[in-house]
Amino acid sequence: MIEVKNLSKRYGITQAVRDVSFEVKRGEVLGFLGPNGAGKTTTMKIITCYIPPTDGTVSVAGFDILENPLDVRKRIGYLPESTPLYTDLMVEEYLYFVAQMRQIPISQRQQRIKKIIETCSLKEVLKKDIGQLSKGFKQRVGLAQAMIHDPDILILDEPTSGLDPNQIIEIRQLIKKLGKEKTIILSTHILPEVSATCDRVIIINEGQLVASGTPSELQEQAAGDTILYSSIKALKKDIESVLPTLDFVKEFRLIDTQDSFLRYKIITQKTESDPGEQLFSAAVKNNWILSEIHKENLSMEDIFLKLTS
Amino acid sequence: MGIIAALAKKELKSYFVSPVAYVLITIFLVLSNWLFFNTYFLDQQASMRLFIARMPWIFLFFIPAITMRVWAEEKKLGTIELLMTLPVKDFQAVLGKFIASFIFLFICIALTISVPITVAVTGAPDWGPIIGGYLGVLLMGAAYLALGLFISSVTENQIVAFIISLMCSFFLLIIGENFVLYSIPEFFVPLFEFLGIGSHFESISRGVIDSRDLIYYFSFIFFFLFMNVKSVESRKW
Ligand SMILES: Nc1ncnc2c1ncn2[C@@H]1O[C@H](COP(=O)(O)OP(=O)(O)O)[C@@H](O)[C@H]1O
Ligand SMILES: [Mg+2]
Repeated sequence: MIEVKNLSKRYGITQAVRDVSFEVKRGEVLGFLGPNGAGKTTTMKIITCYIPPTDGTVSVAGFDILENPLDVRKRIGYLPESTPLYTDLMVEEYLYFVAQMRQIPISQRQQRIKKIIETCSLKEVLKKDIGQLSKGFKQRVGLAQAMIHDPDILILDEPTSGLDPNQIIEIRQLIKKLGKEKTIILSTHILPEVSATCDRVIIINEGQLVASGTPSELQEQAAGDTILYSSIKALKKDIESVLPTLDFVKEFRLIDTQDSFLRYKIITQKTESDPGEQLFSAAVKNNWILSEIHKENLSMEDIFLKLTS
Repeated sequence: MGIIAALAKKELKSYFVSPVAYVLITIFLVLSNWLFFNTYFLDQQASMRLFIARMPWIFLFFIPAITMRVWAEEKKLGTIELLMTLPVKDFQAVLGKFIASFIFLFICIALTISVPITVAVTGAPDWGPIIGGYLGVLLMGAAYLALGLFISSVTENQIVAFIISLMCSFFLLIIGENFVLYSIPEFFVPLFEFLGIGSHFESISRGVIDSRDLIYYFSFIFFFLFMNVKSVESRKW
């Protein structure tokens, strides 16, 4: 449905996106994950034909973004970052305007607007100025304008940013419902969002693609690594000189200090013997007191941090 | 309804939902009427010459106030991103906004109907210069609008748009005036005379409709609408 090939975008000297390629299949909800400044918004602006790429191609439903921008735009509903809206119009007026601009035939216009008002639960604010709405309602108006022409594809740039927890859950449910029929790209810098709503994830950092797969695939990729939490009573410099010599230790970090116990987070790599056992014998050998050894698989968060730092 | 019409309609609505528009119309009407009537009854001449002649100067402030927010606000709010990702071509967006601003201006000018009515009631005016004058006012207004809209599209700041539009309009108005023409090298005189909005306005407002003046206004409008399209496109550079 959407094919991005070797996409690059430069703003002056800033290389915002470098050689990014990915594909989104019909009916898929793709999570576009990356820290701030990674190039998510830029990529979305290119797909929606707002700005052209410096290099590379994008085709949407078989149409090239540079050759047939209007055909591409007709098939896309777009919610830009931070939901810009005409604050001086009433919700109803605004939806009507978008319906006209989207060239929805007059005979269907009322019906489409009615349907979208229902889908996005906007009934109670129809006669209000958009400028007076709460952030949550604004976001729903933003989604409504994106979906009013019933597009096959939705591009949503950080659709839950700035919302309170209840609103976030609402919007996520809405997206999930929409995802059953539509192809969606959804960007976020928040992890739980992806596992909550997406079929597939791509992670982008400093303009480059660093990983892609289903949430569980990504977890598997990193599954060789488990994390070990351990609280050790000993001198910090002793611990930190011994840990690197143990062959299961990939990275470690002091995360907490309590009553002279130092709590470490150790990312492990595959070894012959069990990491817990190794750590235990190292403790015995060095006269450390251990109060905790706790193993955990890498969470999405750890994968994300690992890939983007 | 076509896309251009839909956009123009929404733009026009935006003008009228803002209290600023009403303040603006009121100031425009009070100023244009007062400046006219305070001498009209003394002059005892059934003519709108003075009314028409002051329009370029009133427009200097009035038109930039109409155009300043049109694109600047769109950029500031970020709504331009929504607008330009709708299935609309850049020139359609520019045209829609221009048409809306022209309709707004037309309404304002239509509201000065009290002036010709008074003139007709109190005397027997020559209608040629009055109709020509109104035509000239509309053409000149449209030219200022095109210029103002273009300038609004190069900034996010309404006040900056207002000031620059005012200065550019002022410049274009006076370069054809005699005191400027006397003070520049003779070589430039025909050029300045041609470029100045004022010189073209004078002949039309006397009721003389010369094709050269019409061509001037239409190319002026076309040029700045074209620049406006380029400026909207500039996000792609
Ligand atoms: N209009 C612009 N002009 C110059 N640099 C920009 C512009 N837009 C974005 N950038 C830069 O491009 C990079 C990617 O930005 P963006 O796509 O907004 O990232 P994200 O949406 O992932 O936070 C950032 O370094 C940002 O500063
Ligand atoms: Mg962004």
